[in-house]
Amino acid sequence: MRSTTTLLSAALLLSTTALANAETLRWARAGDALTLDPHAQNEGPTSALAHQIMEPLVMRDMTGAIVPALATEWGPSADDPNVWVFKLREGVTFHDGAAFTSEDVKFSLDRAMTEDSDYKELLASVVEVRAPDDMTVEIVTDGPNPIMPNNLTNMFIMDKDWAEANNATKVQDYEGGEDTFAAKNANGTGPYSLVSREPDVRTVLTINENYWGIEEFPMDVTEIIYTPIQNAATRVAALLSGEVDFIQDVPVQDLARVGDADGLDVRTAPQNRVIFFGMNMGADDLANDSVEGANPLADVRVRKAMSMAINRDAIQQVVMRGQSAPAGMISPPFVNGWNAEMDGSSTTDIEGAKALMAEAGYGDGFSIQLDCPNDRYINDEAICQAAVGMLGQIGVTVNLNAQPKAQHFPLIANLETDFYMLGWGVPTYDSEYIFNFLVHGRSDKYGSWNGTGFDNAELNDKIVSLASNTDLEARNADINAIWQVVQDEQLYIPIHHQVLNWGMKSGVQTVVAPDDTAKFKYFEMN
Amino acid sequence: MISFIIRRVLQSVLVLLVVGLVAFSMFRFVGDPIDNMLGQERTIEDIERLRTQLGLDQPFVVQYYKFLEGAVQGNFGVSYRQGRPVAEIIIERAPATLELAAVSGVLAILLGIALGVFTAIRRNGFAANFIMSASLIGVSLPTFLIGILLIYLFSVELGWLPSFGRGEVVDLGWWSTGFLTESGLKALILPSITLGLYQMTLIMRLVRSEMLEVLRQDYIRFARARGLKDRALYFRHALKNTMVPVITVIGLQLGAIIAFAIITETVFQWPGVGLLFINAIQFVDIPVMAAYLMLISVMFVAINLIVDLLYLAIDPRLRIGR
Repeated sequence: MRSTTTLLSAALLLSTTALANAETLRWARAGDALTLDPHAQNEGPTSALAHQIMEPLVMRDMTGAIVPALATEWGPSADDPNVWVFKLREGVTFHDGAAFTSEDVKFSLDRAMTEDSDYKELLASVVEVRAPDDMTVEIVTDGPNPIMPNNLTNMFIMDKDWAEANNATKVQDYEGGEDTFAAKNANGTGPYSLVSREPDVRTVLTINENYWGIEEFPMDVTEIIYTPIQNAATRVAALLSGEVDFIQDVPVQDLARVGDADGLDVRTAPQNRVIFFGMNMGADDLANDSVEGANPLADVRVRKAMSMAINRDAIQQVVMRGQSAPAGMISPPFVNGWNAEMDGSSTTDIEGAKALMAEAGYGDGFSIQLDCPNDRYINDEAICQAAVGMLGQIGVTVNLNAQPKAQHFPLIANLETDFYMLGWGVPTYDSEYIFNFLVHGRSDKYGSWNGTGFDNAELNDKIVSLASNTDLEARNADINAIWQVVQDEQLYIPIHHQVLNWGMKSGVQTVVAPDDTAKFKYFEMN
Repeated sequence: MISFIIRRVLQSVLVLLVVGLVAFSMFRFVGDPIDNMLGQERTIEDIERLRTQLGLDQPFVVQYYKFLEGAVQGNFGVSYRQGRPVAEIIIERAPATLELAAVSGVLAILLGIALGVFTAIRRNGFAANFIMSASLIGVSLPTFLIGILLIYLFSVELGWLPSFGRGEVVDLGWWSTGFLTESGLKALILPSITLGLYQMTLIMRLVRSEMLEVLRQDYIRFARARGLKDRALYFRHALKNTMVPVITVIGLQLGAIIAFAIITETVFQWPGVGLLFINAIQFVDIPVMAAYLMLISVMFVAINLIVDLLYLAIDPRLRIGR
């Protein structure tokens, strides 16, 4: 009898210690991952969930620095500047127990380069992926590629045999009507493995006890329950009522409420996203303006005047309630090529702006339409409304056209807008990414987000050459020269850098990652 | 009877075809799904390729025809947003919406009729006047505001009820139900009140005015003179005669409860088809929008048919001449 009691109490004691160590983190954000297929959607919430389950060769930690993940060492090959060599981590297994080898890396990168992959642009320079031995991978590019590792931080590695066994070698294609197995199932090497998933409802992850980094990282969170909560007020209410422990996307008007609540904290950091206006300077005549037969935006003095009319401090204080940093260039501060002088160069000078307008021959002003999204960036429509008033001061009468993102962004793609708002994040943390999409003239491969009509052949060549310039010093000098042109031409009107807000229970310890991606292996709980 | 039903079914098919045509002609005004599908790093080349691949460069009539061709074979296409077959997604989401709609519908009908009868009988009582004034809240406040108010009161301040989701669900075959767990039942309370409040007040006001009308009629007076008990008088004679218009409204409102659960589902993050539809609109997920709209119109048409048949059952006069 006595021994039974002892056994029982021992068992009880054991179970309570196990409970004390088990920390469940209930996580909510506005949107769910669209798929678990690691190459189908290059989108924030999708790669944020994938980062818990799967790993790339190299990744960014919570501060944005590149750290080893499945590769331990990497560098350009000594023999051939067109080859990057990655040494893989030894002794890593997938969640189903299969060993991780170079074959899996080759398979995954090849898969990410197929037509239906959302990641193929980041690997556009890759000619071939080779696996000379089990623990080495060589990536061959069409020319030297100095920033190859930057492009790989969201390039997740799948198990080749698992994908082949489950008929998931192809990325989701929409025509087939087939369900891709990888869209709802995942087998990665990451710190957490998938327990259950109902898309848009609930996803449960549990700690991977065999994770290679289980000693290296805090790994305090042992279970993650992820629920998307779309409505911002409900999301905040769920945190206030203690139903969730950690939320992303706290609306700026609720920050004080969450921060003042007992047992809750708000943590804030600058986000990797800059908000700005673009102007169609390339057209001979604008579609929705009052000037006939000429394009006022083609005159750099008009563009400069419009930038000078924007009072960025007022937008920061009134529209954003302090939750933004005024910008002078269209690059987030983390990015290679950003410099404080250019970013601080925006000034508000109504009189100077009026003088410039008069000099350009538009002293009486003109009217123009501003296209603006209303469900994409923080307070996007309110920023546009503020800009309407500010531009009115220098005689530019702005008609605001605010609409959902699904209607707004096609305007830029189809070059149907004269004056528009856009936000830009830089996943590679390098200016080349900005130039490729926003500064290079519109062509099949480049400039797909450049709605300004700006197309400078000399500058285009310079941008393309950045991709293969391995002399980092010369490359940075080129980047700076390109930025100088962008600034002088006032290609865009920068507004501000967005600020990220995460709300959490006081016991949760983390820094806010600039890419808005929470990597829970770094979280500490106390 | 049979010919009546056949005629109605044929009419219904025509209605469905027209609804589909109108829906497809409007989709391009919702926006362009390509940008959402391709992500930030798309090139102009990609956009053109995917547009052709999905047939979005075709005129909407052609797109509609392709949709119908698939739909009659039971294939509603693949969701642009989730990359899964639309039929599978809708079947997965339907139980949540139907359970919510059923609970709020029952709540609205029972409370609506009971309160309607009560306020008609005790026309000048304090309680009846109070209920009538309070019911103004139900008709005048927008659904999302009621939902948010309930969440702040019962979840944040009192901590009694969950603010979002469905709680624990039990799978019975393909149907997932929240009726069998405590958290599932708790999770139903706030959303079903939010969703059903408007319908409840509507039914209540309708029953009340119809009942007042009927109570003024001669046969009620005679029945009273004959010495019938109040209960028999009110519920057997008066209520039954108020029901014809009430059933029409209830029928249409039941359809509305399912179709317009969208707002309630968004506020409470209720994982039903309404939330699915909202997400589909934001993403311009054309296959999901098309399937949802067709489904909803099938439902409205079916409800109308059932209501017509119910008339025949309740009011014998309508049977003459058929």
